[in-house]
Amino acid sequence: MGTSFGRGGATTFQQDLQNADCILIEGSNMAECHPVGFQWVMEAKARGATLIHVDPRYTRTSAVADMHVPIRAGSDIAFLGGIVNYVIGHDAYFHDYVVAFTNAPTIVSGDFVDTEDLDGVFSGLDAEQRSYDPSSWQYEGATVQASSGQREQEPDTRVAEQQGSPGSHSGEHQPSVSGSGRGTTHGSGGAPVPSSVERDETLQHPRCVFQIVKRHFSRYTPEMVEEICGIPQDLFLEVCRTVAENSGRERTTALAYAVGWTQHTVGAQYIRTAAILQLLLGNIGRPGGGILALRGHASIQGSTDIPTLYNLLPGYIPMPHAHRDEDLDMFIEGASTAKGYWGGMRSYLVSLLKAWWGPHATEANDYCFDYLPRLTGSHGTYETVMAQMDGGCKGYFVVGENPAVGSANAKMQRLGMANLDWLVVRDFSLIESATWWKDGPEIETGELATEDIGTEVFFFPAAAHTEKNGSFTNTQRMLQWHHAAVEPGGDARSDLWFYYHLGRRIRQKLAGSTDEMDRPLLELQWDYPTEGSVTEPSADAVLAEINGWDAEGRPLTSYEQLDEDGSTACGCWIYCGVYATGVNQASRRKPGREQSWVAPEWGWAWPANRRIIYNRASADRDGKPWSERKAYVWWDEDEAKWVGHDVPDFDPAKSPWHRPPAGATGAQALAGDDAFVMQGDGKAWLYVPAGLTDGPLPAHYEAQDSPFPNLLYPHQQRNPVRQVFSRRHNRYHPNPSQPGSDVFPYVLTTYRLTEHHTAGGMSRWLAYLSELQPEMFCEVSPELAAERGLEHNGWATVITARGAIEARVLVTDRMRPLTVQGRVLHQIGLPYHWGPNGYARGDAANELAGLSLDPNCHIQEVKAMTGDIRPGRRPRGAARVELVEEYIRRAGITADTGMEARGGR
Amino acid sequence: MNIGKWPALRQLTTNDPSGRGAAVKSARTEHLTPRTVQADSIAKSVCPYCAVGCGQNVFVRDKKVVHIEGDPDSPVSRGRLCPKGSASLQLTTGDARLYEVLYRRPHGTDWEAMDLDTAMDMVADRVIKTRREHWQWDQDGKRVRRTMGIASLGGATLDNEENYLMKKLYTAMGAIQIENQARI
Ligand code: SF4
Repeated sequence: MGTSFGRGGATTFQQDLQNADCILIEGSNMAECHPVGFQWVMEAKARGATLIHVDPRYTRTSAVADMHVPIRAGSDIAFLGGIVNYVIGHDAYFHDYVVAFTNAPTIVSGDFVDTEDLDGVFSGLDAEQRSYDPSSWQYEGATVQASSGQREQEPDTRVAEQQGSPGSHSGEHQPSVSGSGRGTTHGSGGAPVPSSVERDETLQHPRCVFQIVKRHFSRYTPEMVEEICGIPQDLFLEVCRTVAENSGRERTTALAYAVGWTQHTVGAQYIRTAAILQLLLGNIGRPGGGILALRGHASIQGSTDIPTLYNLLPGYIPMPHAHRDEDLDMFIEGASTAKGYWGGMRSYLVSLLKAWWGPHATEANDYCFDYLPRLTGSHGTYETVMAQMDGGCKGYFVVGENPAVGSANAKMQRLGMANLDWLVVRDFSLIESATWWKDGPEIETGELATEDIGTEVFFFPAAAHTEKNGSFTNTQRMLQWHHAAVEPGGDARSDLWFYYHLGRRIRQKLAGSTDEMDRPLLELQWDYPTEGSVTEPSADAVLAEINGWDAEGRPLTSYEQLDEDGSTACGCWIYCGVYATGVNQASRRKPGREQSWVAPEWGWAWPANRRIIYNRASADRDGKPWSERKAYVWWDEDEAKWVGHDVPDFDPAKSPWHRPPAGATGAQALAGDDAFVMQGDGKAWLYVPAGLTDGPLPAHYEAQDSPFPNLLYPHQQRNPVRQVFSRRHNRYHPNPSQPGSDVFPYVLTTYRLTEHHTAGGMSRWLAYLSELQPEMFCEVSPELAAERGLEHNGWATVITARGAIEARVLVTDRMRPLTVQGRVLHQIGLPYHWGPNGYARGDAANELAGLSLDPNCHIQEVKAMTGDIRPGRRPRGAARVELVEEYIRRAGITADTGMEARGGR
Repeated sequence: MNIGKWPALRQLTTNDPSGRGAAVKSARTEHLTPRTVQADSIAKSVCPYCAVGCGQNVFVRDKKVVHIEGDPDSPVSRGRLCPKGSASLQLTTGDARLYEVLYRRPHGTDWEAMDLDTAMDMVADRVIKTRREHWQWDQDGKRVRRTMGIASLGGATLDNEENYLMKKLYTAMGAIQIENQARI
């Protein structure tokens, strides 16, 4: 969502769903996976809203929906693209909104060539290097910098990180970068003032974004949707009509999705298609509208905002890439935008460096910018696993996560860990990631022997949420503080304790070192007050640092106060204000019934406690609500400020008619109708001129493993720049027209249940939850059961080129066979919570998944795979490996199968 | 036994058709008091499972967590918890939790107990050693100032403050392969 709107977070909040006139849930089984949040959907329904559920399976969400639309897993872009085509073709878009707040009128460079004219790929593709040079995607006569996504990167760096050829990710060998091409994606060399962006507000110019989008999606017809997604045309058209009728001045439609959308080789573009649709319908920034990303972990939003991610620093500042002689100035020039709030990048980064290195960070030494380690490509979790297997990565901390069963290609995860010097696991119980050396599947098959594994393993018991203070950021960007009820027992400790004391010990041991490499550690600001009998560091003090302070040590109240002269320190600029006036705002708990439905005094939401972001767009160009019914934030002429139900996501005193003076930069350059304040042009992006690696517009590509050819782009089967890895334990299935593809005739899709949590580390060890969902199963239709001789309650073995697992069979009408491209397709549902440890046991669905990644966010594709199913339990011991090898032989799979960038039918 | 006292009958005859009121009380339950009443204190908390972020009230008695239930004050959850949130008493106090550090030596066939202090010290030594052995100042003539020897996975179930200290310490160490469930 970052590239479309400017920030990578849900645009709205769960309670606001009650204001929707229509809710489209796709890629999420909200009733079962986010059951308590689902009450707001039911509130909307009680008020007359229409609920549409698009999902391969019929679930409890479908059961209460007005429409359930069964869809082939992996075809969502074709479906949403079809709605986009309908909305444009039927003039059902919200014209005034689109003209005012999106880049629809903006003219795109004549160098850009669309998939229409290039056989299913965009201009700039280097098929050999598996990457796009995005320079031809820019606006006419202007270069804008993306507000998120791929920013601080040179094209040649990107080239290197897309390489999927064998060995290119091995060990210490990192893809090389060269100095050429600098600045192309940087917007450097004098980023133009935004007013120079050419716009045609009649939307008629053949190269304006609107016309490009219109042409691009024109082939996404109802007939195509039926053929590709398996959705009958009349059902599809009913969805189109319902969504269109429930959008506009008077009405709004909300869209909710979950990880079902991100886990694809085109995952980022799924969300982009949803963003395009919601923008055309005028549903962003308005009550009852928006896109709600439903996240599966308590603080997955928080761990992206304050990222334990390789490519980001806190607050979505990019980690620097290695460039020749880069200093702070060059970095800022490359990563910030000329216009909008990213224009303040220098203040945000300097304040972060001050929070980390305090008095050692001075203007003279670039505020210790050089202390930041540099990237040379993609260093995501899957590259790391391969580096472990190849011997380049020797120490590994696994903290509240269970990759031995929870990550795709679970075998490679374990083989990686078996090749470490040391492994630290911090969890409540002995999860599979702690015990694989003793009882993992490879021990049973004989592929590994315990005595041969040299990895030293430390298991540290973790403290529970009731035993520590701290904040979670929920799915609606809201920070909520939880208070320690008791101290942890025994040697159980919080991760705050672990990292604080580990850092303290390392610094003690290195004290006195004059080695330059130790300086960032020794000069690190690491003095936190401790409390209680276990010397727990104060989480409150850490939050205060995240919030930041001024030169006198006073807590800051807003990121607008951050300065680039080193006088302010702030650990995460988007969280600035969470400790305003020295009060922990995240722990505010004014009961909901004592405040408005927006409940601004419960917890604290970033940015600046705004609950619906981009809410300037809830009013028209002149600052008036689009309708009384949907009034949210508006311009009050008498008071000369923006007022309403929420904190305005806009300069409160900037009039709707304000036009920036020539030469203005940053937030000063935003006009009174630039509602998307983070964007380099102040507008939401239907078309993304910079920031994505796989194209400025979404295109339907088939999944890595798919039983069907790509009907929309017959000469381009898959995303040409997806990340693929040809390795012994990571083989792909044959292309649909190749012999052997019928060996894996069914579509597999993974999902979760109400009673378990992700890889099970927090649920399979609980008797209550284990009793409710005691073992691994698979869901199949009665038709498939008949075809393969599967018996309800019996056993089945599911096989891919990566692994074979067994599961109990659940024969159910909830799995409906679809008709796709004239033939019947069966889909198999696989919950992915299990592993061999704990009370509730079973094989892990992730044994089946291969690594093929979305090139933007490097997320693996597990929502749409292919495989085979047969009755009976899987073989034991070495025979399990032999079974998989037999399938590989039978399908004719080699190291090259499924690897091609172009073509691949 | 007096049939008139049977709960099912009372349910039907005493205006409690769903059996959630007086009809299901017995002489014994009459004299029970809820754990919530016996508590010494209540800590305000948040469910640790999914990102709905339901409010929880954690009841403490004699320095032990005795009960966890939904917080009716929360504008998001309005007092409700799903099966996972409702089971969080077992998550936090259940018998499957471990309270001691375990160590498996290279090529070892079983766990050994280890005290926390020793384990922390050993991990600190290993970080220092691996970092030194796998230190890179440059790659292809460009300054990188980092170590590719140390990686980390996890964060989405942790507090913001924990993620913050992790990112801060790892970055100062020069470790870049830091990842969490956002990519799972
Ligand atoms: S109670 Fe259930 S819905 Fe609420 S946060 Fe916990 S897991 Fe999510």
